[in-house]
Amino acid sequence: MKEIEYTINDPNGIHARPAGVLVKALKSFNSKVTIFKGDKNVDMKKLLALMGMGIKQGDTIKVQIEGDDEEACAAELEKSLKENF
Amino acid sequence: MQVATGKSVLNGIAIGKIKVYTPPKVVISEKLVDDTDAELARFEEAREKAIEQQNALYEKAVIDAGEDSAEVFSVHAMMLEDDDLIDATKEIIQTQKHNAEYAVKTAFNNQARVFAEMDDPYMKERSADIYDIEQAVLNILFGIDPESMQGNEPAILVANDLTPSETVRLDKSKLLGIITREGSLNSHTAILARSMGIPALVQCGEVASKWDGKIAILDGYNACAYIEPTEDLMISLRNKRDADTKQKALLQELKGQSNTTIDGKTIKVYANIGGPSDIGLVQQNDAGGVGLFRSEFVYLNSKDYPTEEEQFNAYRLAVESLAPKQVIIRTCDIGADKQVDYMNLTKEENPAMGCRAIRLCLTRREFFKTQLKALLRASAYGNLGIMFPMIISSRELHECKELIQECTAELEEKGYTVGKYSIGVMIETPAAVMIADELAEECDFLSIGTNDLTQYTLAIDRQNAALDPFLDTHHPAVLKEIKMTIEAGHRHGAWVGICGELGSDLTLTETFLRYGVDELSVNPVSILPLRKVIRGIDLRK
Repeated sequence: MKEIEYTINDPNGIHARPAGVLVKALKSFNSKVTIFKGDKNVDMKKLLALMGMGIKQGDTIKVQIEGDDEEACAAELEKSLKENF
Repeated sequence: MQVATGKSVLNGIAIGKIKVYTPPKVVISEKLVDDTDAELARFEEAREKAIEQQNALYEKAVIDAGEDSAEVFSVHAMMLEDDDLIDATKEIIQTQKHNAEYAVKTAFNNQARVFAEMDDPYMKERSADIYDIEQAVLNILFGIDPESMQGNEPAILVANDLTPSETVRLDKSKLLGIITREGSLNSHTAILARSMGIPALVQCGEVASKWDGKIAILDGYNACAYIEPTEDLMISLRNKRDADTKQKALLQELKGQSNTTIDGKTIKVYANIGGPSDIGLVQQNDAGGVGLFRSEFVYLNSKDYPTEEEQFNAYRLAVESLAPKQVIIRTCDIGADKQVDYMNLTKEENPAMGCRAIRLCLTRREFFKTQLKALLRASAYGNLGIMFPMIISSRELHECKELIQECTAELEEKGYTVGKYSIGVMIETPAAVMIADELAEECDFLSIGTNDLTQYTLAIDRQNAALDPFLDTHHPAVLKEIKMTIEAGHRHGAWVGICGELGSDLTLTETFLRYGVDELSVNPVSILPLRKVIRGIDLRK
């Protein structure tokens, strides 16, 4: 299992459009991706659930990636977080 | 006469009959079904069709209203792919044996409520998106065609509210104006109306269904609507509207026409743009291409150095969507009055004469190479020109070209294709004018940046208002430099354009044509007025 911790830089937090692009990218991997914020967690491959977390600038999130392609998936996710959030 | 007030989205006047737009009342009954598989299939089919519709609306909105306004539809399409929403709907059909309509309404409303209850105002507004896609799926299930609700004759549409999907779907040839009870100046719908150039009044509390069929004037200048206006008012506002339309129509007439003088000389009229979101404006105003695509937006809109991939996507979008038209992208022009925090630029005594534009790029070569690689990769998708700003010596141009070779080799090693592209130099300093011959020999085109050229020639800071009495924007020295540059370019087979503000100065168009200018690149809204002037010039006289 891989784990990523990231603090959101984008003043808009996790907005619909970039979140949609991210979810699409994650769906191409087999791994299970779970995002944690505080005591809440959801499946990160689900756009509306991800948006429903209301992640804002300054929030620290933790993501767990588990599966046969977790290495590649984690790399892609990390890159996308840095570029868009 | 009744006067109704609201908030105006656009300065413009619409006169015509009112059509009250009432979304069809769909009664969703809680019906039980036997064949749940058939019901699931109906939902799936409607959902897929709704996704197709949203994608089509996105394409339409990009052209009608620009990339930024269109984004909402691509978000809608993605929401319709959401597993939770799909599962929730299917669950209601499967386990409760309800019909698809009821299931969609229940599941989508639940999701909309989740958003509506969030603290964040942005997320709160997303509930409107869910209602919008819910309506889209229900319309398909009911076989309702929303376009049919607009009526058959041109009208001012009056509605309680319009969703973005409804707004984009409206047939513009039958749409004179929009009045809604709800909505805000910054709602998606208002933004769409503005970018489509349709007068609209929002938050008009007086909206009433009895207005249907009555004559009205929507006065966007004064943010009000007159229902059954008096004769005097009708005459004066009709005159005002006709003056507006005449100007617009005249310009529309020029669309598709060539930029040719009476005696037959044709030049290129291109657009200056600041980012991919302006692509719609380039098309709407019938530009021949893009003469100056300022690439600064990739740096200014970012909190850290933009990656090659991010830049490539932005450049490719422009080059690909405008192909085969030429798109000239100016490389990074950061420095002087354009500052970026993360770049940690050294504070300079005199930034206008400091480490800016190409000087910065040739100092930070890895940074520059990221942009060049993104550009070279984009070159495979259309007709790209790469233009270097603030060049004052041939050596700088050589170095830029060497870096391009280096980047090309590195990209090809990685398996990327690099397409054809042309190379140009901006002429922004007296030094560049003096060596224009040498520069022209080694590139495909020269583009004169008159703002900087004027500032550096006259030694006048253009942002210092106290110097206005000394600033002659038509200074003979600057005009002479433009003439010299054009002649030098032509001696070496390079075409020469003007991309600074003087390019859209209609009192100079004839002068530039006499100098032999090949291209003028101006703000998108100035393209058609400029074409009109060119078509009225006779160089034999």
